[in-house]
Amino acid sequence: MYEQMVTARYYEERLQEEYLVGKQPAFDISAGPIPGELHLAAGHESSGAGVCIHLRDDDTVTAPHRPHHIAIAKGVDLKKMTAEIFGRETGLCRGKGGHMHLFDPDVNFACSGIIAQGCPPAVGAAMAAKKRNTDSVAVAFLGEGAIDQGGFLESLNLAAVQDLPVVFVIEDNDWAISMPKDRVTDVEDGSRRALGFDMPGERVDSDDAVAVYEAAERAIMRARDGNGPSLIEVQVHRRMGHFMGDAEAYRPEADIERAKQRDSIERLADDLRAHGVEDDELDEIRERAHERVDEAIAWAKEQPEPDPSTAYENVFTNPPAQAATDGGANTSDASSDGDEGGDQ
Amino acid sequence: MATESRDFTEATETDRELTMSRAMVEAIAWEMRENEEVFYMGEDVADYGGIFSSTTGLLDEFGRDRVMDVPISETAFLGAAVGAAQAGMRPIAELMFVDFFGVAMDQIYNNMAKNTYMSGGSFSVPMVLTTAVGGTYNDAGQHSQTLYGTFAHLPGMKVVVPSTAYDAKGLMHSAIRDDDPVVYMFHKRLMGLGWMPSPPGPKTGVPEEDYTIPFGEADIKRHGSDVTVVTLGLHVHRALDAASQLEDDGIDAEVVDLRTLVPLDTETILDSVRKTGKLLVVDEDYQSFGVTGEIIARAAEGALDDLSAVKRLAIPDVPIPYARSLEDEVNPGTDDIAAAIRELHE
Repeated sequence: MYEQMVTARYYEERLQEEYLVGKQPAFDISAGPIPGELHLAAGHESSGAGVCIHLRDDDTVTAPHRPHHIAIAKGVDLKKMTAEIFGRETGLCRGKGGHMHLFDPDVNFACSGIIAQGCPPAVGAAMAAKKRNTDSVAVAFLGEGAIDQGGFLESLNLAAVQDLPVVFVIEDNDWAISMPKDRVTDVEDGSRRALGFDMPGERVDSDDAVAVYEAAERAIMRARDGNGPSLIEVQVHRRMGHFMGDAEAYRPEADIERAKQRDSIERLADDLRAHGVEDDELDEIRERAHERVDEAIAWAKEQPEPDPSTAYENVFTNPPAQAATDGGANTSDASSDGDEGGDQ
Repeated sequence: MATESRDFTEATETDRELTMSRAMVEAIAWEMRENEEVFYMGEDVADYGGIFSSTTGLLDEFGRDRVMDVPISETAFLGAAVGAAQAGMRPIAELMFVDFFGVAMDQIYNNMAKNTYMSGGSFSVPMVLTTAVGGTYNDAGQHSQTLYGTFAHLPGMKVVVPSTAYDAKGLMHSAIRDDDPVVYMFHKRLMGLGWMPSPPGPKTGVPEEDYTIPFGEADIKRHGSDVTVVTLGLHVHRALDAASQLEDDGIDAEVVDLRTLVPLDTETILDSVRKTGKLLVVDEDYQSFGVTGEIIARAAEGALDDLSAVKRLAIPDVPIPYARSLEDEVNPGTDDIAAAIRELHE
């Protein structure tokens, strides 16, 4: 768990460095080796690691627009994920998804860049697991800014009424872009929303990865044993702006300082030391993580840009045969990927 | 209304006639028997059998695990269909009225339609979204829209619009077997409901065995040499009626039923236009930025030299009105189509 967390933190630090290349001194969002928006999750590591450590490859995870720490914890291929973020041909999604839309069928990981909208597909994955009589589960992550969305509330209801093996994890970082939590909800403890759907709800405060681990274990085992859905809310902190380039003029400095002081990684390191883990061992874990990240980033940067012609591929798994005469270039890939089949 | 049926080109040798809804259900049941990963979910699809009889009888045979009533929460259950499809199952999810798409459009066009592309092809979404379309029964602006163009406009979903029982069955088999998301839009007026009588036409001969109709193959429902009428859904039947009326005047109209909007059979349209030189497009969707404009654009791109006259009939960019006289005014009728063909022929 500690290793996943330090991997995620260092990964984000390195992405931040790479992202800023070519974007300074005048910020241009589309310039540099990493195009588009970049939402970093530094300060969120405890939720991804504490939850996903209980999951297997056949369990499904849906992540929101701030997905890196969750993807790393779920075991998404780090090299391919990095290549995707750099917009390369060998990326997870052949350069068609980017950092908010990472998909890895090998570990059943998917994203939605629209808040709360990863919840319904997670419910569907849980529905599939139940119909197939397997004991796999699904976990939907979302931010506290998404808990007023219909997609989240409808999903809780559907999961509850059908007793589906799904766990909803709210990452509460107190900020929905520039909107502080207390201005969007009167319910401080978001896990209490579970009460309205007659399912267990639990909140974990203080960026405590061990407490996340324990709460997640209860929820995931409950789901795996066929006892239905649960809701967990984890207090995390957004150590950076909403996206890279966000000057955070709306955010009092004190809050930023507080976020930096309460750090789940430091806290977990202290816990580990208290349980007799030596500093050397922690250093070794950190070095291994850094090496893996540096390797992934170096590999990704060497990867080729996608051939422009591939923009027309993958609209459909089974492209219409007559595409050539169809007037639209979007369906012209009959020969290249027409035989991939429907199941992964 | 009359229930007499017509014999279309493809209505093969069978004496057995079915309504469109029964033909659809027959295909669904066949696929569910063959593949246990196929299931159906939606509002009122189990005990009720579908408000428009899209699932009549399925509950009895397959039980509640496979024919699932769900809470009135389209975002949750259409999104759940996406998740189940990405997990390799083959859900069919029903959006009761297409007019309700707004409450769940994110799941439809951001997840269902895009996940295959955004994943670089590593995920497939083999699901069918069935939905009722169309007016002509005075249900006003939130329950009578057709919206063919809305779904066909957004890339990533195949869009199917049957007009006969024969087509409905074959296209449903194809839809369920397809590895991509398919939006299957059935017109309420064609289903053969006791409380919403169909015109003669959609009830056709339907073979008992399974068969598929490939997507992207329009069907010429009436061969003619003078004017090409391109249409779909309910208006196939109105166009056929109009063509019959004009026979006595010596005008020979060809009626092309698109059957699928995505993919669109441009070749059949162009071939017909090259033959007749005159094109009328009839659509029950809104006129601007829609199917009529698209068909005419393709005809212009592909056969401009052969075109001597073009016209379109569609809902003239007003919400569907309630009062009978108002709805009749805006929804292209048989007489409107006949008049337009006549005008083109002159």
